[in-house]
Amino acid sequence: MRLERRASVPLALAATAPFAAILAALALAAGLILAAGVNPLTAYVEMLKGALGSRLAITEMLTRAVPLMLTGLAAAVAFRARLWNIGGEGQFYLGALAVAWVGHEMLSGLPGPVGMAVLMVVGMAAGALLLAGPAFLRLRFGVDEVVTTLLLNFVVILFVGLMIEGPLRDPLAFGWPQSVPVDGDFRLPDLVPRTRLHVGLLIALAVAGVVWLILARTVFGTEARAAGFNARAAAFAGVSLPKTIMGVALLSGGLAGLAGAIEVMGVTGTVTTTMSPGFGYAGIVVAMLAALHPAGVVAAAIFVATVFVGADAMSRATGVPSFIADVIVALALLTMLVALLFTSYRIRR
Amino acid sequence: MTVLRLDNITKRFGALTANDGVSLELAEGEILALLGENGAGKTTLMNILFGHYAADEGSVHVFGKELPPGRPRAAIEAGVGMVHQHFTLAGNLSVLDNVMLGSEPLGRLRSRRDEGRARLMALSEKFGLPVDPEAKVSKLSVGERQRVEILKALYRDARILILDEPTAVLARPEAQRLFETLRGMTGQGLSIIFISHKLNEVMAASHRVAVLRGGRKVAERKTSETTPEELAELMVGRRVTRPKREAHAVGGPILKAEGVTVEIDGKRHLDDVSFTLNRGEILGIVGVSGNGQAGLGALLSGLAAPVSGRLLLEGREIGGLGPRAFIAEGIGRIPEDRHAEGVVGELTVWENAVLERLSSPDYSRRGFVRRGEGRAHAAKLIERFDVRGADPETRIRLLSGGNMQKLILGRVLAAAPKVILANQPTRGLDEGAIAAVHAELLAARAGGAAIILISEELEEALGLSDRLQAIVGGRLSASVPAEEADPRRLGLMMAGVWEEGGHAA
Repeated sequence: MRLERRASVPLALAATAPFAAILAALALAAGLILAAGVNPLTAYVEMLKGALGSRLAITEMLTRAVPLMLTGLAAAVAFRARLWNIGGEGQFYLGALAVAWVGHEMLSGLPGPVGMAVLMVVGMAAGALLLAGPAFLRLRFGVDEVVTTLLLNFVVILFVGLMIEGPLRDPLAFGWPQSVPVDGDFRLPDLVPRTRLHVGLLIALAVAGVVWLILARTVFGTEARAAGFNARAAAFAGVSLPKTIMGVALLSGGLAGLAGAIEVMGVTGTVTTTMSPGFGYAGIVVAMLAALHPAGVVAAAIFVATVFVGADAMSRATGVPSFIADVIVALALLTMLVALLFTSYRIRR
Repeated sequence: MTVLRLDNITKRFGALTANDGVSLELAEGEILALLGENGAGKTTLMNILFGHYAADEGSVHVFGKELPPGRPRAAIEAGVGMVHQHFTLAGNLSVLDNVMLGSEPLGRLRSRRDEGRARLMALSEKFGLPVDPEAKVSKLSVGERQRVEILKALYRDARILILDEPTAVLARPEAQRLFETLRGMTGQGLSIIFISHKLNEVMAASHRVAVLRGGRKVAERKTSETTPEELAELMVGRRVTRPKREAHAVGGPILKAEGVTVEIDGKRHLDDVSFTLNRGEILGIVGVSGNGQAGLGALLSGLAAPVSGRLLLEGREIGGLGPRAFIAEGIGRIPEDRHAEGVVGELTVWENAVLERLSSPDYSRRGFVRRGEGRAHAAKLIERFDVRGADPETRIRLLSGGNMQKLILGRVLAAAPKVILANQPTRGLDEGAIAAVHAELLAARAGGAAIILISEELEEALGLSDRLQAIVGGRLSASVPAEEADPRRLGLMMAGVWEEGGHAA
């Protein structure tokens, strides 16, 4: 038995592979749920109800999906160009912190929408700059960006902790470690009244469209794909690898920074060191589930958000620990990798 | 006595029929050449025989016993050994380790290296394949590595040896030595099949030839009863002759190198090299591979800057300006390795066709790619340069080597370049594709382009070039007009023997 590379990937196969992967992951996780003494079917029904069973559930799930879409896009953009940005978590936090800092008092007097736009740019800039460093080190000295971006996550989170205990501490928070709040004028308006869902959802969807346009239709996107697939041939054809990699780094870091900015402006209002349940890392899973395609990122983010939000409800209803969500998402990543293998290869005997 | 029989082998990959009812027999002590163009199905057939693929129809008999399909282990046990075109050796292990790897039972706690070494040395002696068992494979030359591959097969008691394009990686003297060795081995009772698309070596080395074309066996001849011309025609399906260079008036100088030294990653590749290239001429650079061709290629494609000396295009310094500037200046570049440097395999044909000129207003506007123009351009190249099996949306990795090269050639020539770097432009191509590439290069020359041809094939360099220079150890010989060059003189030049003269001295 051996694997043979397919000449071309049938569209139907590429489209069904992620669903097959998710089903496989759910089937595997069913074993664990069974071990916890609960009928998996009951558990999954509870999970679906928790994430999609009511208006409130759906809006909560979508609220959770917004930052995942953006960190997922950040990872997809970078991975396409073989820039291994594992630092989405750090870029998320730095973007959020920059927004709290600038958005607290500095912009007072600006009309709301203008201020929001400025803050989003600020968040993007913070994330972009954070990834520019590792990108520069890789280009100049060949330093592995997996290591630098991953370790920077911890540096940034400690830095956020330092700032919200110190200069950016909210004096009105009764000693809670949280940052000064973003000016109420610059909070993103609600999309559905009396829920937490905010217009950040529309922004994330628009950004996904723009990212797709950049990757598929622009000179920069084409060169970035070329550089990712075959850097030597791209360089021979005159693609400037340093410029391309740096451009990809700025875009990717900017997207993760934007995720942090929107989360602060739309949901939390202030920055804490626990505001992200690992959005940056989950973005990597989202990107892989999406096979690095921007449209797929939107769908994958919704899937991951469904699992996470639904797992909480399921845990309350059945007693299965909500950690099962992490297990399902991790399994989905593994089964997706297997599914990707079988979309590009077939088994021959 | 027949040692191997293939009956009616058919193998399909999707819509493509790679082998169509092929039958073949091999007699004991015989060398059978399997001749065919790239994509004719030679390698597929041998992979079926060796059990890498399972045939859709047909059977394989070795020494009268049928082989179960799709099981390389069964083929090895039946006495079939295969030497792949791309070696399957572990570079960080010694020769002995590589040979013994996988031949011992997994449960054995200690490797019986002494027994293994004795056995290896006995085989090496018996078949005239000298090796140092303790040498690290990464330190060996390609010729020596091939010997290790052959010994690996013999060590597993191969009685039938299959060699896939064994000379593709070898210099000419090494190839000759290989064929002498193979003939010696048949004297010891081995039977050999070798795959090739080179007529001269088929004529020189085989007893019998089977010709494959389009997945079918179209002919079988005794080598003594056929001619290279007949084989070429059988292989291609029509009469092919390589085009001839016509004498014509050469124009003035366009590209000059003055005392150029090139270093890549701190290693000196070119050492104080000078040459002049004139309009409408082909300057052939001949030499044994690894003598500075890579440095010259990098210099002339814009990837490497001279550390000293000057590279002048029409009197202006252009050394190291980068590929984009070179392309803009009208320098067309055909890279040495089309898979590694020429194309991005996962991109489409049209994206590859315009990748070099993506930023030009022809193919983009305000940063957006003009996809329609790109596709139309690719369609024109496909049509004009007879690229088969491609439409603009095909992923380029699916093209055969020859068709890929035609597309790269088209990408270069469509821009009507003033200077063309052709670095090993026909390496690995079959006769039909070689003739097409040569014709295009000669047509560009007739149109006034100045071409620098880097080639390891003497025949090709002699046939195309107006003048020749040899490259040895990063230095260039003085140039010799084609009329005064013959293989003997070129051979001496390539060995570093030339009269120092002119300004290059």
